[in-house]
Amino acid sequence: MNATIGKLAANRLFWPVVMLLALFAINLVAFPGFFAITIKDGHLFGSLIDILRNGAPMLIIAIGMTLVIATRGIDLSVGAICAIAGAVACSILLGSSDPSNPATVAVAIAVAVGISLLLGVWNGFLVAVLGIQPIIATLILMTAGRGVAMLITEGQILTVNSPPFKAIGSGFWVGVPIAVVIAAVVFAVAALITRRTALGLMIESVGINPEASRQAGVRARGLLFAVYTFCAFCAAIAGIILTANQTAADANNTGLFIELDAILAVVIGGTSLMGGRYSLTGTLVGALVIQTLVTTVYTVGIPPIATMVFKAAVVTVVCLLQSPATTAAFASWRRTAALRTAGKEMAA
Amino acid sequence: MTGLAPEKTAEPSVQPPNRRAPRRATGPGFRPSPAGPGVDAPSTLTRVLSGIRHTFSSPKYGPVLVTLLLFIAVFVAGGLRYNGFFSGQVLLNLFVDNAYLIVLAVGMTFVIITGGIDLSVGAVVAMSTMIAASLLQGGWPPGVVIPLILVLTSLLGLLVGLMIHVFEVQPFIATLAAMFLARGLCYVISKDSISIVDPFFVSFAQTRIPLGGGLSITPSVIIALVVVLAAVWVLQYTRFGRTVYALGGSEQSGMLMGLPTARTKVLVYVISGLCSGIAGVLFTFYTLSGYSLTAVGTELDAIAAVVIGGTLLTGGYGFVLGSVLGVLVLGIIQTIITFEGTLSSWWTKIFIGGLLLVFIILQKVLTAKRR
Repeated sequence: MNATIGKLAANRLFWPVVMLLALFAINLVAFPGFFAITIKDGHLFGSLIDILRNGAPMLIIAIGMTLVIATRGIDLSVGAICAIAGAVACSILLGSSDPSNPATVAVAIAVAVGISLLLGVWNGFLVAVLGIQPIIATLILMTAGRGVAMLITEGQILTVNSPPFKAIGSGFWVGVPIAVVIAAVVFAVAALITRRTALGLMIESVGINPEASRQAGVRARGLLFAVYTFCAFCAAIAGIILTANQTAADANNTGLFIELDAILAVVIGGTSLMGGRYSLTGTLVGALVIQTLVTTVYTVGIPPIATMVFKAAVVTVVCLLQSPATTAAFASWRRTAALRTAGKEMAA
Repeated sequence: MTGLAPEKTAEPSVQPPNRRAPRRATGPGFRPSPAGPGVDAPSTLTRVLSGIRHTFSSPKYGPVLVTLLLFIAVFVAGGLRYNGFFSGQVLLNLFVDNAYLIVLAVGMTFVIITGGIDLSVGAVVAMSTMIAASLLQGGWPPGVVIPLILVLTSLLGLLVGLMIHVFEVQPFIATLAAMFLARGLCYVISKDSISIVDPFFVSFAQTRIPLGGGLSITPSVIIALVVVLAAVWVLQYTRFGRTVYALGGSEQSGMLMGLPTARTKVLVYVISGLCSGIAGVLFTFYTLSGYSLTAVGTELDAIAAVVIGGTLLTGGYGFVLGSVLGVLVLGIIQTIITFEGTLSSWWTKIFIGGLLLVFIILQKVLTAKRR
């Protein structure tokens, strides 16, 4: 029994899942209807659906961030890219004569995503070609990016009236929120591309030892470009969802601190900031933990402003539980337990 | 913290002579280096020139000097372009308006030299303003409130340091958690702005110390400068300071040499916490209120100032005075944008981003040449 628990505890996903279940349990006690999912007008409603829908943008960014972190990098600029993508899309919609036309919306989104891809290439250039530390390379765009977004919106909050655009943020597709569908597609694509091909392995190898992987014939430079561009792509999608949800582009507040939440989701999910082994499933669990925590704080009736204290607590607990010191303690406990069982068997 | 650093013992003699050479070559009292006697000495001029080149291309001094030149250039350009820019008060106001940022950058310099990072400083400043405002509102005397803030913020730094050292949590994540905690505690104290009417704080905020010639500074500037001097002394002249540099150079080597790496690593975060507390008190003097949303993103300003000031983000190189210069460069950009009038405030962000880029590439080039 002890040995089984020990083996489970050694799994990277053990603590995040325990944390998620604990949060669910708290919710179930405080709010018995938590797991109820009802269908109204053909749409799914319920706390779980809310968690998924509100967590979708952060999850999408966290997926891109996971791959960046796996290469021993980090992307701080995603929040700024969110703001830029939202600002570009909204300013195109405002400038067009017919913002309700789906074709116009498609053009606006395409341009916004295209510009974000360029920003991702820029990050990749700084990291892969100039060899600048990722945290600083992306800090540049994090600082300047919000300024650029303000430049696009000219310091205004751009409000658009476009039903097809709004649907991306708050619409439904076969009963499921469109944002959740998009997040699921991004997750599936990322998982398929990196786990069904050798790409994931190469990303991990670059994260573990760039020099060794280069000598083994892995093109680190191209991979780095790819992951930063993909991360910017994810940020653009998330930015468009966030903007569409509010039907307004706010250069200052769209995606504010979302980079921190996304990084936390990745870390809670068991991917080390030191690069190497990554887990997209872990990131999914991590994002759910954060979003469930936020929702829990609301449902339990704690003032929402205190959310950050709880976030700090969860981050600290998960990080401490996953730390090498704790892992070592657990390993020794497991060994002792195994020895004791063996001893008993000998005596018997 | 300085009490923990033992008195230095005959350290100048330990330094290798080639390390001293470039500094001496550019110093005011330039004398031929005793290191290379004999072989027909090149003219003094060439040697000065090569000394200057050497200094500019060193990862240690190069970025700082470039920052200094940039600051002078921007100041002169501003003076030529705008009326009333070329005054001593404009220069002094850089210190008055950025006293808290100078203190923050000092703490951040310690952390970054060890190769770490502290994302919590902005939130800790906000928390300090909230604690000060709410306690003063509750009738606590300033003589208790201020030391209490400094102790609390140092304690938070200690916890972060222990988390980083004992549990091997990444500095980025540990200080991020501290940031969330501090920011969250602000909201717990109050979500509204609390103004401060305590006579001591008000008089401290309004006092101007005349320097003659119509120039004046605030007491905050003096405090900031005292912090800077103390930090310079600790970093350059104590064993603790040398260990900080050694940690950034290579923690492994430092440990093998028997340096107290564990204690030092924890202490730099305590120093950063203490500096954030001091900065928070100075910020409270500056704004005379506590507000949970103040100083959002200040950690980025502090990091930017440290980088522009020539501290290498990988650790090992850097000066406190460089970071002060970095703060002044950020301040003068803001001043220029104010003087320009037509430029919108968001240009500040774009300029700071651009400057960061230039300096990081410069550092990259300088360090690449050395390796």
